[in-house]
Amino acid sequence: MKKITIDAVTRIEGHAKISIRLDDSGQVASTQLHITQVRGFEKFTEGRPYYEMPSITARICGICPVSHLLASSKACDAIMSVRIPETAALLREVLHCGQFVQSHALSFFHLSSPDLLLGFDSDPARRNVLGVLEKFPDIARDGIALRKFGQQVIEGLAKERIHPSWTVPGGVNAPLDPAVRDKILAGLPDAKAIVRRTLKFFKGVLDQFKEEIDHFGNAPSMYAGLVDAAGKLQLYDGGIRFKDAEGKIVADHIPASDYQKFIGEASLSNSYLKAPYYKPIGFPDGVYRVGPLGRLNVAKSCGTPQADVEFTEYHQRLGKIVPSSFHFHYARLIEALYGLERMEALLNDPAVLGKKIRAHAGVNCLDGVGMIEAPRGILIHHYKVNEEGAITWANLIVATGHNNLAINRSIEQVARHFINGKHLQEGMLNRVSAIVRAYDPCFSCSTHASGQVALHIQLLGPEGAVLDELRSE
Amino acid sequence: MKKAKLATLWLDGCSGCHMSILDIDEAIAAVAQKADIVYGPLVDAQEFPEDVDVTIVEGAVSNQDDYEKIKFVRERTRLLVALGDCAVTSNVPAMRNSIPVKKLLERIYVQGVDEKPRIPTDGVPTLLKRAVPLQEVVKVDLFVPGCPPPASAIGYVLGELLDGRMPDLGTKVKFG
Repeated sequence: MKKITIDAVTRIEGHAKISIRLDDSGQVASTQLHITQVRGFEKFTEGRPYYEMPSITARICGICPVSHLLASSKACDAIMSVRIPETAALLREVLHCGQFVQSHALSFFHLSSPDLLLGFDSDPARRNVLGVLEKFPDIARDGIALRKFGQQVIEGLAKERIHPSWTVPGGVNAPLDPAVRDKILAGLPDAKAIVRRTLKFFKGVLDQFKEEIDHFGNAPSMYAGLVDAAGKLQLYDGGIRFKDAEGKIVADHIPASDYQKFIGEASLSNSYLKAPYYKPIGFPDGVYRVGPLGRLNVAKSCGTPQADVEFTEYHQRLGKIVPSSFHFHYARLIEALYGLERMEALLNDPAVLGKKIRAHAGVNCLDGVGMIEAPRGILIHHYKVNEEGAITWANLIVATGHNNLAINRSIEQVARHFINGKHLQEGMLNRVSAIVRAYDPCFSCSTHASGQVALHIQLLGPEGAVLDELRSE
Repeated sequence: MKKAKLATLWLDGCSGCHMSILDIDEAIAAVAQKADIVYGPLVDAQEFPEDVDVTIVEGAVSNQDDYEKIKFVRERTRLLVALGDCAVTSNVPAMRNSIPVKKLLERIYVQGVDEKPRIPTDGVPTLLKRAVPLQEVVKVDLFVPGCPPPASAIGYVLGELLDGRMPDLGTKVKFG
């Protein structure tokens, strides 16, 4: 038995390594994903006032702090037992749309486009966003501009791009300046044009990636995402829908307060990232996928015009249920378009400029759950407090966690197909990293930790001697 | 002119400081004119190279891997920058410092699950007793506080360093 270790996977958000065991003939026998950091937010927040939670938990992640701000604020709304003003709900969702756009832009352009544009086997020294800037300057500039637009939406509403303090229990703490609304609306046509161009380009090159599409986590699983009452995509509110691998709805409109009936969590011996599973099936078979792929598999439609045209084409091309994790990229681009269109609709609602933006209350309920769709999937914050409002218990189930079991399975599939243990090549290992990238995992979020995944693969002989080695750490 | 070697490192932080680096937006192209990014979460470097001119570090030192990595990186770096409050003071990662590690892990992996209560030990690094700022482990040449530091300050720091000057941050940054 030989063992390969990928010490750190690059161009993803978090610290992780991958072990690959080979049998005597050099074939992949098994793989393991190790997430290597843990921070302990669920423990060290005990005793803190609940209203500090949005600001503290935003520090779980610098890529999607807005997701944590919103899920946390919603949990606090529940503790206060308030229904937030209409304007506040609209503004929170606009903020959320800004975040989807910037986060999806980061994932596609900054992290994954080097594989797609320069090639999985290209020179690792240039296989990054600066390499794309050199060879495909128009596409790189589009990516930078799209991410910037999303960040400017966040900055316009919340005053800061990263870790703003504008979202608070009960609503938001400042109304929207009409000039900011007009500026965002004026920028939307260009941003939409970028996404449409990118979708056109991406659909045009899909055929070049047939082998990756067939083997990048192309296996049946369940899917989960939030939908509205009509079954349409819903990012800020809505209930959970679970579909089985064939596309049958097996649970629907699950409210935040019932999540524990459907989602269990298990510890893994080899990772700081716990593994949520679909409780009615149990661990470890209750595997489901969340995030762009999961959402577009469970939703009936997006609910905005241009995104729905793309949604229809996506399912016509790839089927009612799209099983390959390679298509996270495709789904992500459609969602970026949805985020821009949805933002436009919200900003055109006159109520978005209202001045009633915050409900005030104290502790009216000792238990509160907040749930939203983060860019990477369903995010749940669950707090218990005492009468004084101090946190006594907290549980966070974060988007990437839901995908933990699926990512593990996908890594195994990619490794089995692409790795030839007789002679390791960097491109083989980059594909193992690339399947992780397709999920756009945020291990900062998921272990309430952080870091970078570099690559260190060792081919060990039966006695443990290093036979071959590749490093990116 | 020979390009400078620039690296970034992400220890126990939230990636917000790295995102603030990206928030310099188009100016990244100007940085690319003056420096090659030779290591970091945004690039596929094979290993941390020797003779790096500037390494920008986000995050505190929280586990054994972080500890070994920052020591190694320090040896190979001319100028080490602590970027953001976690690197400068250990900030949020240090919020766990009053809790014994075993108790923390038991809460998450034993009491906090429905199945398979067990503390992960296979292939994962041991947590240090306390999360500590960089300067408790290595010499730091420049401190840039903020949670995160604003992109304008990061752009200024990069511009000055790559032109061979030590930046004077003055009022450009603040904690928090």
